[in-house]
Amino acid sequence: MSAASAVEVRDLHVTMDRTPILAGIDLTVTVGEWVTVIGPNGAGKSTLLRAVGGLLAAPGAVRLFGTPIESLRRRDRARVVATVAQSPVVPPGMPVLDYVLLGRTPYIPPLGRESAADLAAVHEVLSRLDLTGFVRRELATLSGGERQRVFLARALAQGATLLLLDEPTSALDIGHQQEVLDLVDQLRREHELTVVATMHDLSIAGEYADRMVLLAEGRVAAAGTPREVLTERLLAEHYRASVRVVDGEHGPLIVPVRRR
Amino acid sequence: MTRVAPVAPGASPVRPAETATPSRPAGLRPRWLVAGVVAVLVALVAGVSLGPVTIPPGSVAAELLNLLPGVHLESGLNEREIAIVTELRLPRVVLGLLVGGMLALAGGCYQGVFRNPLADPYLLGVAAGAGVAVTAVIALGGAGTEGTLTGLPLTIPLAAFIGSLSAVALTYLLGAAGGRSRSPAMLILAGVAVSAFLSAGQTYLLQRNADSIQAVYSWLLGRLATAGWHDVLLVLPYAVLTAVVVLLHGRELDVLSVGDDEASSLGLHPQRSRYLLIAAASLGTAAAVSATGLIGFVGIIVPHTVRLLAGSSYRVILPLSLLFGAAFLALTDVAARTVAAPAEIPIGVVTALLGGPFFVLILRTARRVLT
Repeated sequence: MSAASAVEVRDLHVTMDRTPILAGIDLTVTVGEWVTVIGPNGAGKSTLLRAVGGLLAAPGAVRLFGTPIESLRRRDRARVVATVAQSPVVPPGMPVLDYVLLGRTPYIPPLGRESAADLAAVHEVLSRLDLTGFVRRELATLSGGERQRVFLARALAQGATLLLLDEPTSALDIGHQQEVLDLVDQLRREHELTVVATMHDLSIAGEYADRMVLLAEGRVAAAGTPREVLTERLLAEHYRASVRVVDGEHGPLIVPVRRR
Repeated sequence: MTRVAPVAPGASPVRPAETATPSRPAGLRPRWLVAGVVAVLVALVAGVSLGPVTIPPGSVAAELLNLLPGVHLESGLNEREIAIVTELRLPRVVLGLLVGGMLALAGGCYQGVFRNPLADPYLLGVAAGAGVAVTAVIALGGAGTEGTLTGLPLTIPLAAFIGSLSAVALTYLLGAAGGRSRSPAMLILAGVAVSAFLSAGQTYLLQRNADSIQAVYSWLLGRLATAGWHDVLLVLPYAVLTAVVVLLHGRELDVLSVGDDEASSLGLHPQRSRYLLIAAASLGTAAAVSATGLIGFVGIIVPHTVRLLAGSSYRVILPLSLLFGAAFLALTDVAARTVAAPAEIPIGVVTALLGGPFFVLILRTARRVLT
């Protein structure tokens, strides 16, 4: 319960259609930390992120910066935690500027319109993410990497200090993956953001995360530094994968090896 | 998944010209608002001046301005012509404006609420509910007055109003009965089921009362013919309420366009906004339908035309749909009553005949894409 914890999940259970998705998750993320949740398909990674973002009712299980999430009003919650979904909807015809302005929704009174301050905040985010040249472009016409930057810009425009990224790089080539994650890391350091991400590429995940949580069958199978979590034994057990773990400069590198 | 679209050649990441002046969001441009108001005024003057007795547009404009307090202009019209303007044509044109505006506004609203370009104001059963109720009144109640519409001046609008709102309520109850899995798609499917059920009931009633088929069909095809100020006053309060509620939610509809999850992570209550907007749009549609019957097509083509030409934000689509929908229906009515004069073509037929090709033209020439 220390004041420095951004996310505190205690004994989180989520059941859908009588199927348990999450069965007693504990997770603490301290302010400024980058925690990446990994796990095989169906392990409950996205569900955990949804619960932390307040999109799933989980009474008593989730606290954000010390406050039970269910006691936050939606608008207040949206000023604390911003989510970039796995595949955000791209509304047809919407220009980049308008899309990023949607991030100011928690500051705009219901039925009201955005103020000059909102516009200024958005322009600041756009220039920080090198998107100023795109403001009039339609979001749908941008490339995958550019779009991902715009999605991030919208989340940053929310002014939240907790950033939830669900598979932020799954649609990107390897160069754009690094570009986006470097950007997130830089923003995190500059603005003391806390990042909780889910990722599939384990090597890249390990290079950017301070800590990792391995989910399997709705439970925390392992948690710790990338070196503690990304081991041949754990990956073999929970991913049923045959891999070699090579020590890299910024963390373990995972190399898939064909089984004999 | 974010699809990777090709970047236009030569599109550099930073354009110095745009960094200099902070950009505004793509809101409603004043010239479009002016164009919409002008369209409504043109429709108003044309609608009043054209007919069996043609009255010069200048005189019509003068006479219309005379309706404003404190204005006294010489229109050069005699008593009879003034009566034609103010008592016969003006209420009909105003009703056309109101109904056209309502249908287009409700259509645009439904398309946003359901994130579905095919949504129209009749999606949730308004048409079928009104249809079965009006058929019941004409077929069962109207037998004593030989099935004529004039025999039942009040009950048909009332039946249509109650029928359409009941159908929407039924759709809502069925669609919401899914509990956890309440989604826009559930509501649309419930609307399909309710519409099919009520249409079957209507068909059965018609089969059993074949003598009322013509009266029912003339209502189904839509009509502005019997409009007096009375009809206008019946529709007006609902139209105002609907317009205020829907127009205030333009920005929320823009937020809803990114999906329910993201809208709620941005601090909205998507479900709450959706039901409020459905209720408002259905009320306006029911009022329009009760006054003029089922006029199709306006609710689809007007919002899409606006979207293609003026912008895709609902803060643009909604007010412009209201204005251009109003102008469109009033002008359509001019065509409906002059093309084959003295006979009148059902207005629902004209909206489709004129609107269809026009819409195809817009679709083929507009820069923007729909999906």
